[in-house]
Amino acid sequence: MIISALLAVPLIGAIILMFLPRENKELLKMFAVGVATLNFIISLPLYFMYDSAAVSPDGYRFAAQIAWIPSLSISYHVGVDGLNLFLILLTTFLTVICILSSWTAIEEQLTEYLAIMLFLETAVIGVFVSLDLFLFYLFWEASLIPMAILIGRWGGKNRIYAATKFILYTMVGSAPMLVAMLAVYVWGGHTADLPTLVANANVIPPDTQKWLFFAFALAFAVKVPLFPLHTWLPSAHVEAPTAGSIILAGVLLKMGTYSLMRYAMPLFPMAIATWTPLLVSLSVIGILYGALVALVQDDVKKLVAYSSVAHMGFIVLGMFSGGQIGMSAAVVQMVNHGLSTGMLFFLIGVLYEQRHTREFSEYGGIWVKVPVFGVFLILATFSSVGLPGLNGFVGEFLVLLSTFSVNRTAAIFATFGIVLGAWYLLTAVRKVLFGPLNTANENLIDMTFQNKPREFCISVAIIALCFLIGLFPNLLFDKINPATAQLATLIHATTLIAGQ
Amino acid sequence: MANFIWLVIALPVLGALFNGILGRRVGYQVVSMVGPAVVLAAFLVGVGAFIDVLNHQGEAIQVHLWTWATIGNFNVPVTLLVDPVSATMVLVVTGIGFLIHVYATDYMVHHDHDHTHPDRDFARFFTFLNIFIASMLILVLGNNYALMFVGWELVGACSYLLIGFWYDRTEDPQRAIEIDGAESVSIPSLLSPAASGMKAFVVNRIGDVGFALGIFLIWSTIGSLEFTTVFEKVHELDHNTISWIALLLFVGAMGKSAQIPLYVWLPDAMAGPTPVSALIHAATMVTAGVYMIVRSHAIYNLAPEVSLFIAFVGAITAFIAGTIALVQVDLKRVLAYSTVSQLGYMFMAVGVGAYSSGMFHLVTHAFFKACLFLGAGSVMHALHDVIDIRRMGGLKDKMPHTYRTFFIAGLALAGIPPMSGFFSKDEIMAKAFEASPILWGIGIVTAGMTAFYTFRAIFIAFHGEPRDHHLYEHAHENRSAVTVPLWILAALATFGGLLGLPAPILNELGIPIPHLLDNWLKPVLEIAHAAEHGEAHHLSFMTEVVLLLTSSVVAIGSVGLAYFFYVVNPEIPKNLARTTRPLFAVLANKYYVDEIYNSIIVQPALNLSKTMAQGVDMVIIDKGIVDGVAKVIGMIGGLLGDLQSGYIRHYALATFIGALLMVGYFFFR
Repeated sequence: MIISALLAVPLIGAIILMFLPRENKELLKMFAVGVATLNFIISLPLYFMYDSAAVSPDGYRFAAQIAWIPSLSISYHVGVDGLNLFLILLTTFLTVICILSSWTAIEEQLTEYLAIMLFLETAVIGVFVSLDLFLFYLFWEASLIPMAILIGRWGGKNRIYAATKFILYTMVGSAPMLVAMLAVYVWGGHTADLPTLVANANVIPPDTQKWLFFAFALAFAVKVPLFPLHTWLPSAHVEAPTAGSIILAGVLLKMGTYSLMRYAMPLFPMAIATWTPLLVSLSVIGILYGALVALVQDDVKKLVAYSSVAHMGFIVLGMFSGGQIGMSAAVVQMVNHGLSTGMLFFLIGVLYEQRHTREFSEYGGIWVKVPVFGVFLILATFSSVGLPGLNGFVGEFLVLLSTFSVNRTAAIFATFGIVLGAWYLLTAVRKVLFGPLNTANENLIDMTFQNKPREFCISVAIIALCFLIGLFPNLLFDKINPATAQLATLIHATTLIAGQ
Repeated sequence: MANFIWLVIALPVLGALFNGILGRRVGYQVVSMVGPAVVLAAFLVGVGAFIDVLNHQGEAIQVHLWTWATIGNFNVPVTLLVDPVSATMVLVVTGIGFLIHVYATDYMVHHDHDHTHPDRDFARFFTFLNIFIASMLILVLGNNYALMFVGWELVGACSYLLIGFWYDRTEDPQRAIEIDGAESVSIPSLLSPAASGMKAFVVNRIGDVGFALGIFLIWSTIGSLEFTTVFEKVHELDHNTISWIALLLFVGAMGKSAQIPLYVWLPDAMAGPTPVSALIHAATMVTAGVYMIVRSHAIYNLAPEVSLFIAFVGAITAFIAGTIALVQVDLKRVLAYSTVSQLGYMFMAVGVGAYSSGMFHLVTHAFFKACLFLGAGSVMHALHDVIDIRRMGGLKDKMPHTYRTFFIAGLALAGIPPMSGFFSKDEIMAKAFEASPILWGIGIVTAGMTAFYTFRAIFIAFHGEPRDHHLYEHAHENRSAVTVPLWILAALATFGGLLGLPAPILNELGIPIPHLLDNWLKPVLEIAHAAEHGEAHHLSFMTEVVLLLTSSVVAIGSVGLAYFFYVVNPEIPKNLARTTRPLFAVLANKYYVDEIYNSIIVQPALNLSKTMAQGVDMVIIDKGIVDGVAKVIGMIGGLLGDLQSGYIRHYALATFIGALLMVGYFFFR
């Protein structure tokens, strides 16, 4: 029920929005933010009622299944477990923030803009809650369109190029997946139901699993993005409006990592061992490469975009680094990256709105002018750097710890990523906040509660969550662990079979 | 009180929240009250906990707060460990921390005739300082390596923020040391505070990689990170693994405690406000590495080769830093290199298994070095931030309190009997002699240099004729918020030796005075001692006495030499600098280590980064492969005829190709 409401509310909201008077911008915005907030509130019981909620036989909570195309065994099957719970919450939370952050930034075609944001929310939540291959693919492709439009319509100078690139990359990636899905559908007994397919996973011969895994993983790796499939991301971020960047980095990238865990791993457990070396290598390369490239960027957004390549590398590393610790840490790290990178993009947007530039050379020494903003920027950076007490540390530390037990070489290289991470992120802070004041910033307005209540409250909310996760990560792990334990057991059991 | 030990962390956190959120609004007087008050309260709780441990005969008290993270069999509790070692550290951190907070309430205010101008970011300063205290206490109170690492990283972040506190200041341009009229030796410019802070953080993170890997190795071999479990089970591991753990943890210590090759950040850290230098970069944070090794002594006892390596790294660091300190012209930098050097002594101690002696020197060093830094700050405050000793001179009458306390603490640093530094350093020297006379040799030479450079600075800055009359005229003694902490620290620097009087000698002489600190730390340290070393052979009475006398003679002689050089005949050092000019230039330029690191690490990394960004990423991957593929697809699409336009064509084609490949695979497999 709750899940269906989460999918329906933004969609219905988007439709109603179309019929509201276009010129009454305040009303449009209030309505959109109201819908998003309502959806966020609806999503909260997923966390608070998680333990008492009905558990379906296969471990999903709040599950709903309605036959859709019975002849093909395709159904509307949705459910929540430890893997997607926090990603749903992250999505509903960040959507509110995205709409709030566009309050003054977007003027043109506001109706369409807001409707697209809401539509995107439905699509993304759909990706996270689907337990049916067909349903999943539908939402997966559906999420592509609004994002591309966001970039292509409300983006910067090269927005068309960036949007095209975004679409092409993703589609080229997901086309083989569609075929692979058909294969899975046939092998798995002519059903698109994920739990059934997972239960039948061993029916597919190991060699076939290898190729099917590859087809799925390719689609997901583009989304993550895993090195060397990442070059769409910097251009997409640079061109996207602030809200687009927040939702892209915060949620859309997680579709890739989440789907690896939800589909690629349990559907083709026998293939994991084959592809692990490649995926781990690419993650580690991504961690170091993303950091190195970030170090010399002139555009703040590009720097954060490359930092995402590095951070997402940690997540994939955690998932494939053997065992439950890495997987749980990877899930937490997905949330962490969403919060910290979302916040960084949000803060960049606050500056951009006032100065209309994102070049480092245009800033410098602005902390004098914007003390409160500076504190938030430093906190967001610390979160991103993985400073203990804040959220980023939890995921990064545990990913590395678990990786070390399995693959020392990978862990050692990846751990050096924390040096580079500190280097490029603190360089960014230094270029923006420190040094003598660049006089072009004389008229910057600080982000105090009085001056910018909306921005101030958003920042406080995100930072509070960062501290909460950093200090009490068990609030998340308690819910995540059962799901990752199940997955780890499944993989372990398969490895044992394969070993015999 | 030990059960309420979490208050020592919570109180400064509350102080930081208050100062950070309301500090600007309530005004600097309120901040001046709240900032030190929370640290004082924490100190009192610490005293209570200390007494509790005393009453428990040194038995450890564990206070469980909550469970941080649990995944499968991985579990990290937030549990605080109160035992003699951590209780001692708590007292040092909060006690000296409180004095420095008080000092800072005046230091961070500029007095101008009748007006007082608090620093623009007065509240921010105390916010950071409070957070630092809390972080440092997490570091020393955690009962497991994960929590220690949390504190370890947090103090690093505080250090970063506080070094770069005056973030808008620029770098100090290229300077030169004049030797004689026309002749001079150029020295590199000083980094800006913001750059220094970043350097500190990044260099520390290099050490942290080692520390983190050490922790991972412990987890993957022992399956726990809690101290008690780790120390119980560590002997089950093979020797190689233990050595690796020991070595990796020490890499962390090299960063945090500024040992070769990672010491380079500490001198630049002097760009921060002086109370920060005193608290973080002399008395507390930089000793974290020593604390960590003392805490992990069960591991180090099983890794004698690594321990010996540590002792030598410490000795060489002590020596190298000592030589650089000889020619520094910046009062704070003399003290900074001296800190690096003294930390080297501490590592020499823990490296030869004299953990208690390492702790002893840690404590006395905290007393006298904090006093010296605060004294230097007092001079700076009086001279409007001038810190170059070549512009000082004759200040002893203008600033009597500062001068006297600086002199007293200087005696302690120089190791002049019966000051605290004499006893702690001598204990290390005796233990080092037991392990290897080479270590002792390096130590004694360094001790001579220490006494020399300390009094070189004192004689140049406080004695003789004023060199800059304008500055001299304006110089004045500071207020009691500055001088009272100075005197308290000077007293501690004087009498701190009582904590560890040389019991072997005194007992031999029939004076039954125990070594207080040894006895106090015994419950933590003796288990390992008894197990590993058996009955350690002790030096003979005569050897002990000879070593003691040698140290004293060297220290006093070096002070005398400094007096001769800088008071009696100031021409001598000038001539010496001229005749040994190449050597002088090398020392003045700190062996060019920063330049070397820059050219073999930093620049290559930046170049690689540029190549990656502009070459690999933009050209090869993006323009080459990605756009190339797009073009090829586009061309094929064009050949197929313009069925569709725009991306849909590509989509269709991509789907088609993908499908073809998959179907082909199934067909031919």
